[in-house]
Amino acid sequence: MDQNFRLSDGGLINRDKKLSFKFNSKTYYGYEGDTLASALIANGVHLIGRSFKYHRPRGFFGAGVDEPYAIVQLYRNGETEPNIKATEQELFEGLEATSVNCWPSVNFDIGAINNFLKIFLPAGFYYKTFMWPKSFWYKVYEPFIRRAAGLGVASTKHDKERYEHKYEYCDLLIAGSGPSGLASAYAAAKNGARVILAEDKSRFGGTLLTSDVNIGNQTGKEWAEGIISELKEMPNVTVKNRSQVFGYYDHNMLVMSERISDHLPKTKKFHPKQRLWYIRAKEVLISSGSIERPIVFGNNDTPGVMLSSAAKEYLKVYGVLVGRNPLIFTNNDSGYETAIEFKKNGIDPIILDTRKDPQSEIVEEAKNLGINIKFSYVVVAAQGYKKVKSADIAKISNNKEQLGSVENIKCDCICVSGFWTPTIHLASQSGNKTKFNEDIDAFVPGTSKQNETTLGAANGSYTLDRTLKSSFETAYELSKKITNNDNKVSLPNIVEKKSTTHDKFWCVPLPKGKNYKRFLDFQNDVAVSDVEIALKEGYRSIEHVKRYTTLGMATDQGKTSNLNGLQLVSNIENKIVPNVGHTTFRPPYTPVSIGAIVGREVGKHSKPTRKSPMHTWHEKNNAIFVDAGVWLRPRYYKQGNENLFEGSKREAKNVRTNVGVCDVTTLGKIDIKGPDAAELLNRVYTNAWLKLPVGKARYGVMLREDGIVMDDGTTTRISENHYHMTTTTAQAANVLSHLEYYLQLVWPELNVNVVSTTEQWAGAAIAGPKSRDLLQKLFPKSDVSNEGLPFMGYIEGDLFGVKARIFRISFSGELAYEVNVESDNGNFMWEKIMEVGQEFKIEPYGTEALSTLRIEMGHVAGSELDGRTISYDNSLEGLLSKKKDFIGKRSLTREAFIAEDRQKVVGVVPLDKKTSIPEGSHLVKDSNAPLPNPKLGYISASCWSVEYDNPFSLAILKDGKNMIGEKLFVMSPLKNKVIPVEIVSSHYVDPKGERVRS
Amino acid sequence: MLHIKCPHCGMRSQNEFSYGGDATVKRPELNKEVSDQDWNNFVYNRKSLRGKHLELWQHLSGCRQWIKVERDTATHEIFRTFKANEDNS
Ligand SMILES: [Zn+2]
Repeated sequence: MDQNFRLSDGGLINRDKKLSFKFNSKTYYGYEGDTLASALIANGVHLIGRSFKYHRPRGFFGAGVDEPYAIVQLYRNGETEPNIKATEQELFEGLEATSVNCWPSVNFDIGAINNFLKIFLPAGFYYKTFMWPKSFWYKVYEPFIRRAAGLGVASTKHDKERYEHKYEYCDLLIAGSGPSGLASAYAAAKNGARVILAEDKSRFGGTLLTSDVNIGNQTGKEWAEGIISELKEMPNVTVKNRSQVFGYYDHNMLVMSERISDHLPKTKKFHPKQRLWYIRAKEVLISSGSIERPIVFGNNDTPGVMLSSAAKEYLKVYGVLVGRNPLIFTNNDSGYETAIEFKKNGIDPIILDTRKDPQSEIVEEAKNLGINIKFSYVVVAAQGYKKVKSADIAKISNNKEQLGSVENIKCDCICVSGFWTPTIHLASQSGNKTKFNEDIDAFVPGTSKQNETTLGAANGSYTLDRTLKSSFETAYELSKKITNNDNKVSLPNIVEKKSTTHDKFWCVPLPKGKNYKRFLDFQNDVAVSDVEIALKEGYRSIEHVKRYTTLGMATDQGKTSNLNGLQLVSNIENKIVPNVGHTTFRPPYTPVSIGAIVGREVGKHSKPTRKSPMHTWHEKNNAIFVDAGVWLRPRYYKQGNENLFEGSKREAKNVRTNVGVCDVTTLGKIDIKGPDAAELLNRVYTNAWLKLPVGKARYGVMLREDGIVMDDGTTTRISENHYHMTTTTAQAANVLSHLEYYLQLVWPELNVNVVSTTEQWAGAAIAGPKSRDLLQKLFPKSDVSNEGLPFMGYIEGDLFGVKARIFRISFSGELAYEVNVESDNGNFMWEKIMEVGQEFKIEPYGTEALSTLRIEMGHVAGSELDGRTISYDNSLEGLLSKKKDFIGKRSLTREAFIAEDRQKVVGVVPLDKKTSIPEGSHLVKDSNAPLPNPKLGYISASCWSVEYDNPFSLAILKDGKNMIGEKLFVMSPLKNKVIPVEIVSSHYVDPKGERVRS
Repeated sequence: MLHIKCPHCGMRSQNEFSYGGDATVKRPELNKEVSDQDWNNFVYNRKSLRGKHLELWQHLSGCRQWIKVERDTATHEIFRTFKANEDNS
C-alpha cells in the first residue's frame, strides 16, 4: 500500500509533488521535502540494514545527524556513494538506495549467524578471536571480515562532480538555526555585525518546527520563518541551509561543508556538488542544540525502537507515523510531548514513565487528554525480530533495582526518551574545557580557549525563555564589541509549557534468568556486557575502553552512546561521571566527503602547470612532455614511430655532431643587485667570487650549514653591482628563500637585493660543434669568436631587433651557449634559432638527451646533489676555497666527511657493453654473498652513451677515489638483474674538458 | 590554520607562510673559531619547547619577508610578531 503511514494532512512536505524512488530495487513513493527515512517509514519500511558486528536487523533510531543505524548506499546520476544517512538524505525523483552490511539480502543475511556466535565476539574480539593460527588471517579471517563488515562500498570510478572551496570572514559565525541560533543571528545582524548563519538541515528553525510554543503571538515555526526571511534580506547576513559546521580549528577558523546538489537528482550545470567553506570568525556562537539520549534496555536495538524526539519530528515535519500502536518510554517530560502529538492525530499511545509522580503542565495535559500513563514503569525488553511486536514491561522499585512481575503488551514501536545531551562537539574541538552539569547528567561547555560561546540547549538550557533571553543578550554584547553599534532588539513575548525535572535513571536491570543484549552503541554493536568485560580485563581509561570495545568509534562518533557508556563505567568503577571524563571530540562532527576536502585540486589541477613561452612550438613539433617540478618540459621530440630511447639518442647524437637547441627557461634565475652583491656570493658559494670581472660567468656550488650540497649553477656579472644567478629547476624557490634568509636575518648589513626572474627570461641552450657558426649568424654584429666570447664569457647582443643575453656556458660538455631574451620574445628567439640553424642541421633536444649529454660528461646534477652528498662526493672539492669562510664550511671537518674511504662519484660501464643499468641499483663486491649483501654504493643516473654507443652510468661509490678499474656487480632486486661492471672515471667523454673551450 | 599578523602586510592565513624554526639561534660569525660543540648546537640541536617560543616564519606568498613570531607551541596562541630587525625583548 502506498504511504500507509502518512497522515492525511499536516507536516512541512509538499504534497503536490509526489516523487518515486527505489530502495533495495523496490519502488516506493514519497513527497518533496521528505528524507529517504521519512519516505520509507511512510511506506511502513522499518528494516533498513544489518548491524556492523552481529548483523542484527536495523531500523531507524533518529531523524537526523545522530542516526546510528540507517546508513545506505546511494545511487545518483550514475554514481554511487557509501555511508549516507537515510535520515539526512533528502528525497529526489529517481533516488535509488540499497542496504549495506547484509549479504545476500537484508531479509536473509548470512552474517546474522554472528548473532548466534555472539559469545565468541565480545569486547576486543578483533584482538582475540582472530589471532590464531596466524596463517588463518589472510585466507580465512580477513576475507570473511571484509565481506561481512563495512558501511558500504566506495566507488572506484573517477568522481565527475565538482567540489569547491571558499574562504570567508565574518564577525559572528552561528552554527545551528534553532531558537538560540535564530535569536542571536537576528540580534547581531540588527546591530550591524557581519553574520553567517549555518543550518545543517534543509529547513531552518530546529526544534521550533516541532515544539508547541508561542513567540510574539506566533507559533514557533511562524516566528522562525519570519526571522529567516528578514535575515535573508539583510546585506550583512549570509544564511546557509544544508551546511554543517563540522570542524573548529585554531585561531577561530571553522570549516563548513555545504551540500549544494545532494538533494537534487543531478547537479545543475556549472554548479558544484558541495562547497567547503573555510570561515575565519571574530566570534563563534555555537547553537548546535542537543540530542536525545536513549534509555538502555533489553533488545533495545530492535527496529521500531527509536528516540521519542525522532518520532515527533517524523510526525510534525513529515506527517508520518512511526507506528499506530506506540509505546513511549521516558524518564522526563519530553516523552509526553511526543505522546500528545500522537494523541492529537488520533493515535492512542501508552506512556511508561520511570518517575513515580511527576507534576508539571505537560504531564497534566497528557492526563487530561486521557492518555494511558504507567508511572514507575520500565520496558524490560523489546520483543520481535525484524520489527517490534510487543514489549516486556515491569514496575520498578523506588531505588530502581528491583523489577516487578514482567507483563507483555502489544506495541509496534517504542519511543524512548532518556533526557538530553548537549551537542558540545564544536566547543570541545575549540579547546573549551567542558564541565559536568549534574542537573542534566551531561557535559556542557566550560572555559573557552578561543572566542566562542555556546547558547541554548547546547549549553544545557532547556527552556525557551532562558534560551532566547541569553541569545539576544549575548549576540547584542558581542556585536556591540565588534561594530560599536548600539541597536538592541526587544525580546518577544514567550509562551511555553513548564516541565519538571527528569529522573536520572538510564539503564533497566535484567530480569532474573534473562540475558538480553542491552546496547550502548548502536552503530558498533557495543553492549553493556562488552564494557563490563573490558573493565574486568583491566581497562580503566575511558579512551582505552573506547578503543577496546569500539564504543563511540563509528561514523556517528557516539552521538547517542557516549553518555550512557560513561554512566556504565562510572557505575561499575564507583566513580562519578566527571571523574571518568569523556573521550576527546575531534573533527569532523559528521562524515565529510573526500571530494569536498580535496576541492578542485584533483588530477591536472592538483598543482599549477608552468609552461615556457615556447611551449606551443614544442607541442606542434611532437614533443613528449615530462613533469619537471611544476614545469612541463619536452622529454624528446618524437619523429615517426620513435620511442624515448631512440628519439633521445638521435637528439643527443646530433648535439655531439652538429648542433642542438634545448629549452632551458625552467632554470631558476635570480637577479642580484647592490654594492655588496659580490660579498653575498662569496659567502653563499664555496669558491671565490670577489674578483669575477664584469662580463664573466662562474660556476658555483652552495652548501647548507650542515655541509651538504644544496644547489649549483652559474652566476654572471652583468655590470659592476649586478649579477644574474641561475639555479637548478627544482631548487629555484628554496635558493631564493635561502638568500633572503641570510640577507634579512643573518647579514642585514649587506646592501643587496634579490628577486626571482625565472619567468622574466626565456632561455635556449645552443650546443654542439656547430653552435658558434650558428651563433654568428644569429648575431652578425657581435664578435662571438673564441677570443671575443671565450668560455664562461658573457655579452649582450641583438637578435634581429630583440635584445639578448648570451652566456658561453655548457651543461652538455660541448661548445655551447645560452641565449636569454625577455619571455615575450621567447618564441621569436626559438623560431629564429630553428630557422637559421637549418643549414647546420639543428634539432631541438629534450630533457632525456640533456641527461645523456651531462651524464657521459660526468656533470653532476639533481640525482647526485640529492641532499645527502657533500662537495667531495661530487668531485667538486676543487671549488672549496681555503682562503675564505662560507655557509656550511665549518661542517666539512666532520669525521665522516673527511674519512679516507669517503664515497665519491664514479662512472660505471657494464662488462658486456650492452646491458642497461637500472637507476637506483646497488653496487656490491660479490653477487653471491649471503644477504644482506654489503652495499658499496648506488647508481645515481644512467644513460646510453652516444659517444661510445654503450650503456654508461654514474654512481656514488664508497672509496670511489681508489676504485677506478675495479670490477663489481650491479644488483637490482626490483628488476631482478645482476650485471658485472667496471668502475671508470665519471668523466667518460672529453675528460680534459677541451670541447667547451674550443 | 593559524592566523598570523605579518608586521608588513597585516593578518594573513598560515598557508601564505613557511616555517623557519627557532628565532633565537644565532649563526656564529664568519671567519671566527667555533668549537665543535657550539657548531653542533647551531646546526643540529634545538629545544622542543612546550609553551612560549620565538620562531621564524617567512611570508612566502606575500611580502617574502622573514618575520619573528612569538607563539605558544601547545595552544598556538600568537602573542606578538616582529619584523626581522625589530627588537623582540
Ligand atoms: Zn608580509
